[in-house]
Amino acid sequence: MVTGVEAVRPANRGTLVGVAVMTLDSGMGSNATVASRAVPDELSGLLNAVAEHRDRKAFIRLFEHFAPRVKSYLKRLGVTDSEADDLMQEVMLTVWRRAEQFDHRKARASTWIFTITRNKRIDAIRRERRPELDPNDPALVPDRDDDPSAAVSANEWRAAIRKAIGEVPEEQAKLLRMSFFEDKTHDVIAKELDLPLGTVKSRIRLAVAKLRRSLEDLR
Amino acid sequence: MSHHHPSEEMLLSYAAGSMSEPLALLVATHLALCPQCRHEVAAYEMLAGEELEDQSPALLSSDSLVRVLDRLDAPEAAAEAPQPPLAAQGDLRLPRPLRDYVAGSLDSLDWHQRGGIAEASLLPERDDFKTRLMRIRPKTAIPEHSHHGSEYTLVLTGGFSDHTGHFVRGDVAIADPAVQHRPIADAGEDCICLAVTDAPLRFTGPIARLLSPLLQR
Repeated sequence: MVTGVEAVRPANRGTLVGVAVMTLDSGMGSNATVASRAVPDELSGLLNAVAEHRDRKAFIRLFEHFAPRVKSYLKRLGVTDSEADDLMQEVMLTVWRRAEQFDHRKARASTWIFTITRNKRIDAIRRERRPELDPNDPALVPDRDDDPSAAVSANEWRAAIRKAIGEVPEEQAKLLRMSFFEDKTHDVIAKELDLPLGTVKSRIRLAVAKLRRSLEDLR
Repeated sequence: MSHHHPSEEMLLSYAAGSMSEPLALLVATHLALCPQCRHEVAAYEMLAGEELEDQSPALLSSDSLVRVLDRLDAPEAAAEAPQPPLAAQGDLRLPRPLRDYVAGSLDSLDWHQRGGIAEASLLPERDDFKTRLMRIRPKTAIPEHSHHGSEYTLVLTGGFSDHTGHFVRGDVAIADPAVQHRPIADAGEDCICLAVTDAPLRFTGPIARLLSPLLQR
């Protein structure tokens, strides 16, 4: 289990991020449908340049944008400064080596690099394996053909997700971040914010439920 | 199509990478069987990507970029290269990633039979979770038990019922600590489940109480 790459590609018709079905140039055969020919945004374009031409200038620009954010993210999770720097370097090296696995029709650059960072951290800091499904597993139950989210582009999804998280009240969103993106237990959060444990639990539950309802409305 | 799913908190925790390996194994195996939850996890991963995007940039050590650039053309260490699928074939009743944890086949495990129920431990090195595969003969009742923590059960073959509902392949049953429950396997085929308890099971009775410190290591 090297990267989180597979996680954003669940099936051949991969719609994990709700993005278009295969387009003509995807190498999946000429009968593929052109549902939307999403133009890659700038960061995705840089990843494509790395994948296609081993473009070092493009890589350096990706590094300048993502490396400080990846490190910052790791430090927020309690990784020491020097460890965070080392791990960030491993993440960026994986971005270079696996760039051809990135597909701008299915994922945004930030999502893809997040999954790599997440999995590197689990491997290096938590010293655990990261169990992930295999999109090519014959045992996988495929997506439904009529899934409406298949027609939505990554950018539309992004806007919708931004809106969904924006609708969660700030005091709840803060707890969400602490719990899921800073990996803090409910006990730790309760102590840090001087809140009763029950309040922490119920606010997190409310926030996640709200988030999920907003996402369901998009369908 | 499964009808009993992990909670949204579990899916978010899996997507964010804050979930421990035993539960992540259960969630990932459910995802292989549930397109609906795959979409939800994808949305949470995108949210996490946005979170990454929103970080205020940290100061890098001055030679970070140079050190990465120096390594771009170096051959990848064998240990880091993508591994060939360990169990591309094998027992397809067990979707990946679970199939990798049993080396492709249920026969590779050390099964302990007690009455109509056989159990085999996975991830035995962890003392904070009890992770096991269970194979329950048709119509067998699982003895009444409660637990310190929550118990998560993913059905792989057959099915079972308890007071909360009927569970078949792909379904996840969640029993919280307070609940005393007594599941009964369906008639027909064996019910094979992946069960994860986030604290060891608590058996009632004086001898069990005497043994439990030993059982809990």
